[in-house]
Amino acid sequence: MPADLSPTTVARPATELAVRASGVVKAFGVGDARTVALKGADFSARQGELHLVVGPSGCGKTTLLSVVAGTLDWDEGRVDVFGTSLDGLKRSAITDFRRRNVGFIFQQFNLIPTLNLTENVSVPLLLNGRGRKVAESKAQELLKRVGLGGKETKRPTQLSGGQQQRVAIARALVHEPRLVICDEPTSALDSETGHQIMDLLATAARAPGRCVVIVTHDPRIYGYADRITQMEDGRVRAVLEGEPLQRFVQSTH
Amino acid sequence: MLRLALKMLLGDRAKYIMLIGGLTFSSLLMTQQRAVFNGLVSWTTSHMRNMRASIWVVESRVEQVNETKALRDTDVNRVRSVSLVDYAVPLFQNVVKARSSDGSDKQVQLIGLDAGTLKGRPTQMLSGGDEALARLRIANNVIVDVVAAQRLSAVRGKPLKIGDTFEINDREARVVGICKTEPHFFGYPYVFTSYDQALQYAPRQRKMLSMILAEPKEGHTAYEVSRQIEQETGLKAYTVPEFEKATVNWVWKNTGIPVSFLTTIILGFVVGVAVAGQTFYSFVLENLKHLGALKAMGAGNLLISAMLFVQAFTVGLIGYGIGIGITAVFGFLVRPIGQPPFLITLQDLTGTLFSILIICFLAAVFGILKVARLEPAVVFRG
Repeated sequence: MPADLSPTTVARPATELAVRASGVVKAFGVGDARTVALKGADFSARQGELHLVVGPSGCGKTTLLSVVAGTLDWDEGRVDVFGTSLDGLKRSAITDFRRRNVGFIFQQFNLIPTLNLTENVSVPLLLNGRGRKVAESKAQELLKRVGLGGKETKRPTQLSGGQQQRVAIARALVHEPRLVICDEPTSALDSETGHQIMDLLATAARAPGRCVVIVTHDPRIYGYADRITQMEDGRVRAVLEGEPLQRFVQSTH
Repeated sequence: MLRLALKMLLGDRAKYIMLIGGLTFSSLLMTQQRAVFNGLVSWTTSHMRNMRASIWVVESRVEQVNETKALRDTDVNRVRSVSLVDYAVPLFQNVVKARSSDGSDKQVQLIGLDAGTLKGRPTQMLSGGDEALARLRIANNVIVDVVAAQRLSAVRGKPLKIGDTFEINDREARVVGICKTEPHFFGYPYVFTSYDQALQYAPRQRKMLSMILAEPKEGHTAYEVSRQIEQETGLKAYTVPEFEKATVNWVWKNTGIPVSFLTTIILGFVVGVAVAGQTFYSFVLENLKHLGALKAMGAGNLLISAMLFVQAFTVGLIGYGIGIGITAVFGFLVRPIGQPPFLITLQDLTGTLFSILIICFLAAVFGILKVARLEPAVVFRG
């Protein structure tokens, strides 16, 4: 089991805010087709924290995640990520911010099937202007750390789902982003593989100055959370930590 | 990233091969048809290159070199009397029937050359040599070109050689030489004889002089002398470039050949746009979630556009190269037999390259428009 996904594994007190979103409103469509996905959602995540966002389908989890990640414009409210206000930033500035500070892990992995693992993992570094050799060397290092050493030249299609998600984790972390956004990272995996993936993400979340936000439906992984935000009908219903979090986790098992 | 963009395309073998195939076909069609058209257009003026005169004096209504409207015999002297004309000679040209010993007829382009100067004589003798040219001045002697020799040999059932005879309008014609000429636009074989002998062969008409070939006096241009001839005689005088241009213009205006070739060339372009555009667009659609993921990870529209352009232009250049290569092979194969006419120019190669680049640009733009509208957040929606 690879354990070290951060420069240091010493946990820091999770107190400083990594993400703060307040009063976020986001609607899709116009006229009769208009749907309000976020109705004044307030959300915060701390540095050094693995934060889960849960709730029923259609409650606005993914929309909130997209807004926090800077991949979706919102209509009202404020969004700050690591002290940078995304409000009013030009689209190109948000793209730059995302490129440097955000890592992504998708439900369906979204690895490029025609590239080998090294090339897939090196993409964020290349996007950040790093040279090919440096990027590939760093990518290979990350692949080793997620337990895929020796498979650098394989194609994603030659791997199992769990292995592909490990590659996605390596890709999300290779450029040392401060915020890691995960969309249902375990829903396509069996239980054992899901736990392995969560171990990796939990370790990654402990890195200083980093925060991992996971949107999930999968109750098997609730136990990994430092905090859980519960959403319902476009709003945050509750934020659980400590004793209430433990009770919630036990109630879902 | 551009290197990875190429790997993304090369990794999708089916799309890659289909793109190359479509662009190759497009490139081949556009270049090959241009080359054949050029060859055909060059044939329209081949008669001028076979005759080689600086000034062509014709009846005032003649619009192109393959057209004959007879002049009066005295017109030669009128042209000779123009002060800047060095010399002027009569030329007879007409299509007549040549009959072989077995009675079969073949139409030939009979050329009657001035016996004194032999102006317009063949330049490349394959057999008979210069002696054959001199022997043209003797009655009933003719020089035939390779095409005539082949056609007459075919109807005789044996090769035509020096000393053999055939008939032109019931008069004997004796072969004293075989020459090589550029193919005539209408495909007629050439038979050369003296002007006086040509008048004997051809059906008698009131006016028999087809054209007058003239040369300017030293120190004067063909253009200058042509204008003087026109002014003083009322006849039409063409310089070589003028007659070539008039002939090509006539072909453009009066035949369906350019439209027919243009249609095929446009079809090649349309096929290229359709195949490359559709295949590339489908490639983009299939990779939309990956491109969306790249956008989420911070790839801007400019970088994605550059990636798509690199992919499109790479397959374009490969397809162009293969298409040109196949066209060149076609050219080498048809060159010895001379059919179909084939003439490829740098302008053709550049034109096809430009067309292929436009096709690739359009193909890439279709994809770019799709990706540019793509919200990066789409990757979270499954």
